[in-house]
Amino acid sequence: MEEVIFTVKSNKKIAKDVYEMVLVGDTSGITNYGQFVNLKIDGVFLRRPISVCDFEKGKLLLIYKVVGEGTAILSGYVKGKTINVLTGLGNGYDLLVSGDNPLLIGGGVGVPPMFGLCKALVKKGVKPTVILGFNTKDEVFYEKEFKRLNVKVHVCTVDGTAGEKGFVTDVMEKLNYSYFYTCGPMPMFRAIEKVAKTDGEYSFEERMGCGFGACMGCSCKTLVGNKRICVDGPVLKRGEIIW
Amino acid sequence: MVDTKVTLSGLVLDNPVIPASGTFGFGKEFSKLYDINILGSFSFKGTTLSARFGNPTPRIAECDNGMINSVGLQNPGVDHVIEHELKELKEYFSKPVIANVSGFSIDEYRETSSKLSKQDQVGIIEVNVSCPNVHNGGMSFGTEPKSAYQVTKAVKEACDKPVYVKLSPNVTDITAIAKACEDAGADGISLINTMLGMRINLKTKKPVIANKMGGYSGKAIFPVALRMVYQVFESVKIPIIGMGGVATAEDVIEMMLAGATAVQVGAQNLIDPFACKKIIEDLPNVMKKYSINNLKDIIGGAHNG
Repeated sequence: MEEVIFTVKSNKKIAKDVYEMVLVGDTSGITNYGQFVNLKIDGVFLRRPISVCDFEKGKLLLIYKVVGEGTAILSGYVKGKTINVLTGLGNGYDLLVSGDNPLLIGGGVGVPPMFGLCKALVKKGVKPTVILGFNTKDEVFYEKEFKRLNVKVHVCTVDGTAGEKGFVTDVMEKLNYSYFYTCGPMPMFRAIEKVAKTDGEYSFEERMGCGFGACMGCSCKTLVGNKRICVDGPVLKRGEIIW
Repeated sequence: MVDTKVTLSGLVLDNPVIPASGTFGFGKEFSKLYDINILGSFSFKGTTLSARFGNPTPRIAECDNGMINSVGLQNPGVDHVIEHELKELKEYFSKPVIANVSGFSIDEYRETSSKLSKQDQVGIIEVNVSCPNVHNGGMSFGTEPKSAYQVTKAVKEACDKPVYVKLSPNVTDITAIAKACEDAGADGISLINTMLGMRINLKTKKPVIANKMGGYSGKAIFPVALRMVYQVFESVKIPIIGMGGVATAEDVIEMMLAGATAVQVGAQNLIDPFACKKIIEDLPNVMKKYSINNLKDIIGGAHNG
């Protein structure tokens, strides 16, 4: 974990209530895909944990949904604004176990961490397949960005207004894959758990106090003992989760 | 050179800054960020006789200038703490530590405290009779003088280390509880624990916290904590560790003027992991600014005249 002052380079709306923010600053604390950062936002007390969408030297890409007071304030930040950020939090995904054709499943605001992961897997020579699930057309984002990575992308919406009509699991059932990585809401996780044919990894969300393992605010029970979502997660392996 | 040293029941601290229990774990996460030996001491995660998972999540809620937590004393149990956490602690913290103890019966308080007081690393036993997050638990012992007296007496008899009792602000008259602890032989008083509070999510129309209520902490509660430290200082002769919303070196000085000998920093550690380091580094400058040469001279200074 490192404390870094980042500067906002851009912050724009890309879908309903969803913003893409590019930050400039030292990203050396970020060591894996699927980690998160914790932002000090003016006017609220607790930091706000946001998953890392992508990062490179000196540049951090975040995509977040406005869900409350903190993210609403964040959405008003303009170019040049500085933010105190704790970087490199959480474990991230295990890229070594992907196999040749892993499946990446992002649901709604769970899509962002799939992007950096997808890029990294492609760079490794792995051929991932991506499923992006949303409720409706207005919420869809990053379809083009994923396609630019030359991977097979399935978009689905619950109401059928974009891509295939249905849930991510409807697509998932038709595919063969070596492993899966996912991030999204709990109902989606439960559905995936029922149909998944391989091992995989789920990235969990929880309200956090500190985000770095001190307060025990985000604890969960697993088959291998108690874990803190912030440091022992957010990514948990399929075989250790208690549903 | 200003002097920041203070003494708690014979234990000399380089400075009065102590991370509060539950906001610092066993110090490990913080020791990766800075050398935590600069701290006066720290109060480790509330420990019970048996391991506890604690309450369901969500356990955390945002509030104006603060937060609510309902962790519910998650800890691995006293034997594990002694075998693992305290052993590991030796590698990165060389000062005496404050052992925070909770329980669900007087026997449990006695046994857990007794085990911890035998550890060389433990300088002070801090008896938590004020956790708002457990049913039939800590707080019921700290909300009436008689039970506070009984717990204090039992722990005192079982320990050969100084015993501080950590009090709840969720009472009508905190001075009566403090006096009962002093009468039972307490060596000092820690105050305040969190204030019972809650939030309701307007979208779901249900409490944010799974356990419905939790403990409110953070900057917002500082004036309440300060007032209670001031009142307790006038009621007891034993030293006070003041806490509640402390975030700056100025807050530390204000707490000491109210009557605190040492000061704990809680919620601020969670939003700024360097909070205690910053306060310690800032303290000499703030002392100079207010013409304070020796920090212990100001303890209770607001009461004179």
